[in-house]
Amino acid sequence: MSVAATQKRGFGSVLWDYVTTVDHKKIAHLYLFGGGLFFLIGGIEAMLIRIQLAKPDNDFLSAGLYNEMITMHGTTMIFLAAMPLIFALMNAVLPLQIGARDVAFPYLNSLGFWLFMFGGILLNCSWFLGGAPDAGWTAYAPLSTTSPGHGVDFYVMGLQIAGAGTLIGGINFLVTVVNMRAPGMTYMRMPLFTWASFIASILILFAFPALTVGLFLLMFDRMFGTAFFDVSLGGNTIIWEHIFWIFGHPEVYILILPLFGVFSDVFSTFAKKRLFGYTAMVFATMLIAFLGFMVWAHHMFTVGLGPVANSIFSIATMAIAVPTGIKIFNWLATLWGGNITINSAMLWSLAFIPTFTIGGMTGVMVATVAADYQYHDTYFVIAHFHYVIVGGTIFGIFAALHYWWPKIFGRVLREGLGKLTFWTFFIGFHLTFFIQHFLGLMGMPRRYWVFHSGDGLDLGNLISTIGAFFMAFGVIVFIINVILTARDEKAPADPWDGRTLEWATASPPAHYNFKQTPLVRGLDPLWIEKSEGKGKMTPAEPLGEIHMPNNSFLPFLFSLGLFVAGFGFIYQTDNKAWLAVLIGGMAFSLGTMVVRSMKDDLGYHISKEELEREAD
Amino acid sequence: MKGWMGKLRVLTLLGSIALVLSGCGRENLTALIPKGYGAEKSLDLIILSTVVMLFVLLIVMILYVTVLVRFRKKKGKEDFIPKQVEGNKTLETIWTVIPIILLIIIAVPTTIATFDLADTEGSKKALNVDVTGNQYWWHFNYNGQEIQTSQDLYIPTGEKVYLNMKSSDVIHSFWVPAISGKMDVNPENENTMYIEAYEEGVYWGKCAELCGPSHSLMDFKVIAVSPEEFEQWVSDMQSVDPKAVAEGETAQQGQELFQEKNCMGCHAIGSSPIQVGPNLTNFGDRTQVAGIKEHTKDNIVQWIMDPESIKPGNKMTGNYPTVSKEEANKIADYLLQLQPSEITSESAGN
Ligand code: HEC
Ligand SMILES: [Cu+2]
Repeated sequence: MSVAATQKRGFGSVLWDYVTTVDHKKIAHLYLFGGGLFFLIGGIEAMLIRIQLAKPDNDFLSAGLYNEMITMHGTTMIFLAAMPLIFALMNAVLPLQIGARDVAFPYLNSLGFWLFMFGGILLNCSWFLGGAPDAGWTAYAPLSTTSPGHGVDFYVMGLQIAGAGTLIGGINFLVTVVNMRAPGMTYMRMPLFTWASFIASILILFAFPALTVGLFLLMFDRMFGTAFFDVSLGGNTIIWEHIFWIFGHPEVYILILPLFGVFSDVFSTFAKKRLFGYTAMVFATMLIAFLGFMVWAHHMFTVGLGPVANSIFSIATMAIAVPTGIKIFNWLATLWGGNITINSAMLWSLAFIPTFTIGGMTGVMVATVAADYQYHDTYFVIAHFHYVIVGGTIFGIFAALHYWWPKIFGRVLREGLGKLTFWTFFIGFHLTFFIQHFLGLMGMPRRYWVFHSGDGLDLGNLISTIGAFFMAFGVIVFIINVILTARDEKAPADPWDGRTLEWATASPPAHYNFKQTPLVRGLDPLWIEKSEGKGKMTPAEPLGEIHMPNNSFLPFLFSLGLFVAGFGFIYQTDNKAWLAVLIGGMAFSLGTMVVRSMKDDLGYHISKEELEREAD
Repeated sequence: MKGWMGKLRVLTLLGSIALVLSGCGRENLTALIPKGYGAEKSLDLIILSTVVMLFVLLIVMILYVTVLVRFRKKKGKEDFIPKQVEGNKTLETIWTVIPIILLIIIAVPTTIATFDLADTEGSKKALNVDVTGNQYWWHFNYNGQEIQTSQDLYIPTGEKVYLNMKSSDVIHSFWVPAISGKMDVNPENENTMYIEAYEEGVYWGKCAELCGPSHSLMDFKVIAVSPEEFEQWVSDMQSVDPKAVAEGETAQQGQELFQEKNCMGCHAIGSSPIQVGPNLTNFGDRTQVAGIKEHTKDNIVQWIMDPESIKPGNKMTGNYPTVSKEEANKIADYLLQLQPSEITSESAGN
């Protein structure tokens, strides 16, 4: 449903449509909206942090509020901005790239979104209900278990609910790729974005349960009097660190791999070349994912695990540089000899290469244990992970949005504004974070509310804050761009002379995606048809009825029930009467599950005649 | 193309200007001017890994710039369709093998240094200090020496001092960048690390693990003095008489107030086991008040009257009777007299 078309309908009916939708393309819109909203909130938090650090001994924010700010900035950006934005891209593009009509489980897809959204809202409610969590996004015990107030309770419940949504989403994409590929779309013909999303989904499947378990332990310690992390009662706080990073390290690969896929697709499209070393790229991605599970303790080099453990984890971490290097060189080789168009999508992708290489370079540096004793928990690490997460994930999301905007919303984003966004954000980014490498080595630990004048850290921090304003400006320009383009002309089906299947259908696609499932004859299927002069896909089936799932309000209600129960969990520690809310919310969610199981919902069919009436 | 490169150049220029202006940071705080064994080992590896990685970055950048210069869409050749290359076994092998070699170059010295820095064998023959991290101050107990002190850690130069570290509450991390890398201070186990300062000096220490609102105010100092001076300091500290009567009227009143106002409940004078608050045996010689404020009478008075205004969330606030300005002044007079030793941060050339 294009924006223009929806505007003609009443706002209420559009809203109802979105709240009940199970269409992956609309769920993509929802994820984009939710993730975008939290990205802005996390961005404002970042700006407040940078303003506080603009000058020494500043008192713009109080110490307690500052800790809430850094905790919420990290938590929001990772769980509520980057993850959903990635899910937005997967939803928008992955089914199209494999020639599918939807994801494997449309109902679950919607459930995953609403769980994420309600979890995110629950977490942010803490701002208005006595204070946000303040133990850092890593929530190390016993700081997190002893943190006063309900902040950390909101962290636990919010992430638990949002995390369930993520897990559901991951499993859904996994099954989608395994089961829903069009005829001829073998694994080794899948576009890199699909491949990377597939592998990231595997990571989600194995990493998120660790988070779930960790959060449960934390929840029981805080709310029900257990002592998993209470040393005085025989508990152990290091266990939390292990559990958190067994989840946390794969998480950073979940955040980056899908964007590696985006860059691969963007480079090959705009260089007009087939991806160089496709097989190597696929296996490098798998290797990164596999090694990603073997290296969690590199976040814990200073914990005192001993030289043997430290050295093993150090070397395992360095090993990840090899497949990552393979990818960088393969991208360069893809561009080599190409006919390169540089537009906004390409600018973000091109900027990714040097930026991410610097991030990878400092990655090897922080993996160097005995040197990490200096880097650890300082601004050097802040710089490193912003180089990879912003330089990789956020650059990637921007590249993807400029690239796929026509497919998602049926409009092409404006080039001029796109370039302005890029340059201000890019310059601002390096201004903000490059200097932080040095700040860290000059003795500035992370999560510092103030630094003292005379510590020699003034100038670096000021530069960093100025850079942050450039980045904020870039984001604002992007929003303006989005608003302005909403009224532009409709985009063609294939504005970039694309190579993959998503460009073989309209922009935006009809809700059934493909009138006839396409037949895939190789890697870059659309490109093959174009270079053989046909220009469009051969159908794999005759025109016939299409079976589509019905919309449902139940996922929204189910998530709402958990959201309400969340408050019950949090406040029953103060007053047992809240147990009623807890039980009520859980019972309500259970009720929606019962309704879902009892009621037969067989979907509906689009008849052949109807399809014939619609133009191509 | 021009714009792109131009901007990159401006960026590097800006970066280097900033660096020159701020130098390598504050001496005795920065890790970039090492003054001790651990910091030196770390810096060696920092430099090695930077050089190797810059080499990789250089190669990437050369290829990258070449690609951008040579293969951008050119006028008149807009429709040119490049050859669809699948890959190249030789090239791909090269950029798999070379990074492995480079990593080995880094990994071997890293492992050696890691084992070296983890050594705890030497502790039997060396000076051992039990370090306790507390929200938001540090306690030091000189093993077998009958000396306990807080905030300022005195050590002799040129020898390894072993620190056995444990936390009394949440996780902290002990970091003196100029002398050594950091190690976490956990509540459940004792972590041992050694530090060795090459030169005399007062080295800034910081807590590096988020530990609450005043995490950024949990500074401490390592004061390295010559071995002879250290001997003297030890004997001075050992001969402190905690009951000695202060000199002068106000200070004597201050001493009485110190008992009346229950300050003794949390603060020990003389070598006694760790309490709720810092040991004040040599408070008159402290480099700073509460680890962060200039050591002036005004600041001491402010601390005694309203510690919350200096360190939000500290464990002293609200746990002692109100102290008037006059009383605080008297207590400060008394506390400033607690100067048991000639050897102070000044002896370390501060
Ligand atoms: C409930 C225990 C408690 C009581 C009672 C208490 N203090 Fe404190 N005091 C502390 C703690 C804890 C600190 C360390 C605060 C920090 O740095 O986070 C401290 C720090 C100090 C310091 C700074 C020490 C340093 O090494 O720089 C001074 C001076 C001080 N207190 C004086 C007093 C005086 C005077 C009184 C009596 C009026 C008093 N305290 C009562 C707990 C207490
Ligand atoms: Cu601390």
